[in-house]
Amino acid sequence: MGIQFDSMNNIVLDVLREIGNIGAGNAATSLAKMIDKKVDMKVPVVKLLDFDQVPDLLGGPEQVVCGIFFKIEGDMTGSIMFVLDQTSAFNLVDLLMPRENAEFDEFTVSALKEIGNILAGSYIASLSGLTNLKIKISIPALAIDMAGAILSVPAIHFGQVSDNVLIIQNEFIEVLEAKSVDGYFFLIPDLDSYEILLGSLGVTL
Amino acid sequence: MSTMIKVGMADLKVVSYPDALTTLGLGSCVGICLYDATTRVTGMAHIMLPSSKAIRKNENVAKFADTAIDELIVQMEKLGAKKSRFTAKIAGGAQMFSFSSQNESMKIGERNAEAVRDILKQYGIPIKADDTGGNFGRTIEFFSENGKLLIKTAGKGIKEV
Repeated sequence: MGIQFDSMNNIVLDVLREIGNIGAGNAATSLAKMIDKKVDMKVPVVKLLDFDQVPDLLGGPEQVVCGIFFKIEGDMTGSIMFVLDQTSAFNLVDLLMPRENAEFDEFTVSALKEIGNILAGSYIASLSGLTNLKIKISIPALAIDMAGAILSVPAIHFGQVSDNVLIIQNEFIEVLEAKSVDGYFFLIPDLDSYEILLGSLGVTL
Repeated sequence: MSTMIKVGMADLKVVSYPDALTTLGLGSCVGICLYDATTRVTGMAHIMLPSSKAIRKNENVAKFADTAIDELIVQMEKLGAKKSRFTAKIAGGAQMFSFSSQNESMKIGERNAEAVRDILKQYGIPIKADDTGGNFGRTIEFFSENGKLLIKTAGKGIKEV
């Protein structure tokens, strides 16, 4: 299989970028609907980073962050992960349900899983609409741990085809209270699903 | 003065006394620490995948358990160490996210740790400490002074092995 990931001008990369843009845009719309407030989204930043640079996005490899992980099942398989720093995670829960004190209690965790579920679900729904592939996401798994450890999951998957990781950075801003949520999506097709995904969009490898 | 030298993801480094090595936030990756107590030559690799054999993009030897261990041995022997005296300590290989129905690709941490153990066994390098598995990240520090390995976690404490 001829997946080559390392040139920024690569057509495969362009397609993956566009998928990321559309998916993340859809996720922002869902977030706005869910909290019934105006949500601004900055233009998603899509880039290829070296393994080492990825944890720096979230404050370094030892910074504790929140990762919400889903398997993708159906016509194509793989996984999708949404990662947020702790402040963004609390802001996100607060947007939905304002609370007095912020800690990673059971309530926060289950709220984050649910929000992650809706965001990743709408991302994947748009991907499905775009490609005509029948795909769905699994139930969420959540981890709160060092950024390096959480990001090792997408890094290892991408590591099989590349020395880089494709990341899509999304910043959502709730307009009224100016609460900012900075989140990162990682779409991680399984190796044999790249062909299915790209093929469905008319790109041959 | 001893310096703490950082080993990145898919990276390896070799130092001699008095320097120390560290790698931050190991998840499913495995940190491999090799030590020659006589010369105090010390090496560390942060590998991501079990084997370079099935992967086309395999120029980076530090990314794979098999090629990283080979390279560590070569570099350590260049500094005067002897493979027959090597001992190993390994950490990492966690599974950060778990599901009830597991497929192979989710168990990459376990497969990484297993590959590392197999290769060390082939080379006859004894494993003095094995802190692998679980569902949490680890930061490790390895000291050329005494071959001690310090393992830090987020919320699960610190230990020395």
